[in-house]
Amino acid sequence: MEKLNTNSNAYTIIYASVMVIIVAFLLAFVSSALKPTQDANVELDKKSQILAALNIRGVEDVAAKYDEVVKSDAIFGADASQGPKAETGGFAVANKDITADNRPLYIAEVDGEQKKVVPVKGAGLWGGLWGYIAVDADGETIYGTYFSHESETAGLGARIAEQWFQDSFRGKKLYAADGNDIVLCAVKPGKEGTLSPDNYVDGITGATLTTDGVNNMIKECMTLYKDILTNK
Amino acid sequence: MSLFSKENGEVFMGPLNLNNPVTVQVLGICSALAVTSQLKPAIVMGLSVTAITAFSNVIISLIRKTIPNRIRIIVQLVVVAALVTIVSNILKAYVYDVSVQLSVYVGLIITNCILMGRLEAFAMQNGPWESFLDGIGNGLGYAAILVIVGFVRELLGFGTILGFQVIPECAYVENGGLYINNGMMTMPAMALIIVACVIWVHRAYNKNIE
Repeated sequence: MEKLNTNSNAYTIIYASVMVIIVAFLLAFVSSALKPTQDANVELDKKSQILAALNIRGVEDVAAKYDEVVKSDAIFGADASQGPKAETGGFAVANKDITADNRPLYIAEVDGEQKKVVPVKGAGLWGGLWGYIAVDADGETIYGTYFSHESETAGLGARIAEQWFQDSFRGKKLYAADGNDIVLCAVKPGKEGTLSPDNYVDGITGATLTTDGVNNMIKECMTLYKDILTNK
Repeated sequence: MSLFSKENGEVFMGPLNLNNPVTVQVLGICSALAVTSQLKPAIVMGLSVTAITAFSNVIISLIRKTIPNRIRIIVQLVVVAALVTIVSNILKAYVYDVSVQLSVYVGLIITNCILMGRLEAFAMQNGPWESFLDGIGNGLGYAAILVIVGFVRELLGFGTILGFQVIPECAYVENGGLYINNGMMTMPAMALIIVACVIWVHRAYNKNIE
């Protein structure tokens, strides 16, 4: 048999085409076969973040606990006084799709008390920030928080994802005693100015820009949900 | 030639010691910095690279006689990219938390110089079995360094090993002890310094490495 010339143009082109088609089918197959498991993981991760904002961390069966604690995931439209525009489906709303007219809110019940969990999103120093803030029924006391980030500096900004920072918000108030603006923030010790101790937590040393990002995120997103949480 | 001949033994053992891809050939340093701040991602990354080097070596070795010479690098790249995509999908499906930690670095295995280096230097000239051993050897050689670096960084940076607290709580300053976690260890730069220390020790024991 004559030896095939593997250097001819025709051979090269056919080889490349066949290879690409085989690989494309293979990848499409793997991706569609694993898609359901991956989606379930993403969902489970989101549920565990919402639970973390409710100070429920490290549970074994996240899905069951979530179903037990979170009572509804309603979506509110631009006018909150008319009630939610959809009773369920908030869970499926991606962070980037949250607008004044499309506001998912998780209503949970912990130890017989109602908590409202607000999804928040913002920008840190290097990339996006997001999280969940659980608020008591009074609409201003923080019950718990959860923050995460895309790519903040390890050991500095990345510490917003640590539990001690998130726990430091517990029991703090969103509003100043005599004001209607969201003032809750993390500040450098000594820079709190006229803020009452109820309205600030200690910032993270060396992570001023990430902390500013968290502050902006709280201010913007909680202002967006203000009318749902309280009558202020 | 038998499957476990002396030559094959050397193909396998070489990269683990005298021809280690990280400490001797100084390849794959980038990912060694990025994923070693804790032990678990380092182990998963090491295993992923091992699997990918081994299988891409085998595949390239099997088709090496058919590959048109002018597009051989492209063919190698396609094989590696396909395998990396598959591994990344599997990680996302079965060890989601680790895949979040590894983030972009799984995708960047494609550009890991160890892979292309082994394909071009070894798999293109040798049979599938030898290539498989070469891939496993190089992958494990890389993984071993990652695990050492990850171990040191997690121990000193967080006081934990695989997430378990090993430095007793009472030793910490806040509990009245004398110890404080070294935050520097969580920075990528410290990985370079630890890799350098490993290279130093390795060369002190093997004087003949140039």
